[in-house]
Amino acid sequence: MNVAVAVDDEVRYEARTSASEAGPAAKRVVVGYGFWIFLLSDIIMFAAIFAAYAVLSHATAGGPGGAQLFNQRSVAIETACLLASSYTCGLMSIAIDSRRYAATYLFALVTFVLGAAFLALELREFAGMIAIGAGPQRSAFLSAFFTLVGCHGMHVTAGLVWLAVMMAQVAIKGFHATVERRLLCFSLFWHALDIVWVWLFTVVYLMGVLS
Amino acid sequence: MTDTQYDRAPGDASALPDVEQGTSSGVLVYTIGLGLAVVLTAMSFWVANTSLLWAGGLFLGLTVLAIAQMGVHLVFFLHVTTGPDNTNNVMALAFGVLIVALVVVGSLLIMADLNDNMMPAAELMNLQMQH
Repeated sequence: MNVAVAVDDEVRYEARTSASEAGPAAKRVVVGYGFWIFLLSDIIMFAAIFAAYAVLSHATAGGPGGAQLFNQRSVAIETACLLASSYTCGLMSIAIDSRRYAATYLFALVTFVLGAAFLALELREFAGMIAIGAGPQRSAFLSAFFTLVGCHGMHVTAGLVWLAVMMAQVAIKGFHATVERRLLCFSLFWHALDIVWVWLFTVVYLMGVLS
Repeated sequence: MTDTQYDRAPGDASALPDVEQGTSSGVLVYTIGLGLAVVLTAMSFWVANTSLLWAGGLFLGLTVLAIAQMGVHLVFFLHVTTGPDNTNNVMALAFGVLIVALVVVGSLLIMADLNDNMMPAAELMNLQMQH
């Protein structure tokens, strides 16, 4: 285990040769880049759902519109939770770089709790809307709304499960090179979700209340 | 002879010795990012709820604030930079942004155009009456 880590570090740090001598890129770079491509394709999928929402945002079929349904305060708290969890996720990757177990577990726990709080608020909002008859079957606008926000919520749920699995791997395997690469991918995923949420609260909640 | 030939993994802040940062400066980068993101988010919510600004400019203002915040996230949280070790990451991102823009702007343009060209229901009735 230690040998693998040492070799990985050596490849990463002695990068001072020409392209032909350097050989293939370090595995961490290849894995990170591949996951970056996946994230961009995921964001393109979100773009299609965003386009559908933007086209259908006025198709309320006589039902309630955004201005009646959205609660700005709850959205502000959700945004704060996700932003803070993105920050603690960054602090967690610093703790991983310096291989501190206690700090890693602590920041992972805070990230998890904030993510779970976000999810709980979102589910409460969904339940409230369905209770007053504004479920996804009410109008094209609400179908698009539940698809878009629900898809983001599903990503957050997947991220929470992933984080729990990663902490189990850190506990069992320690800071192995493969575990570190997976944690790098997780932090990329979590930050990307926050970027999608910035887009989402602007287009859905803030612009929806304007019009 | 070029100097640096290794790329940097996206999300990695310190892969090379000359840019390696201590833990404290890493925390500082994330804290600056958090501060900027909080300010931009607060401004977005203020803009959406205020009556001080001209209503016609609000959409554009919110769009600009959202794009600025995405930029802050990319630079301070995902560590995307303009450095030579980041070229591949930036090129992939640029392609992604191009496709996203094509999908979103294209859909909105086509659907708005279709809506404009749809005949109003009353006119359609008149047309049927004539035959």
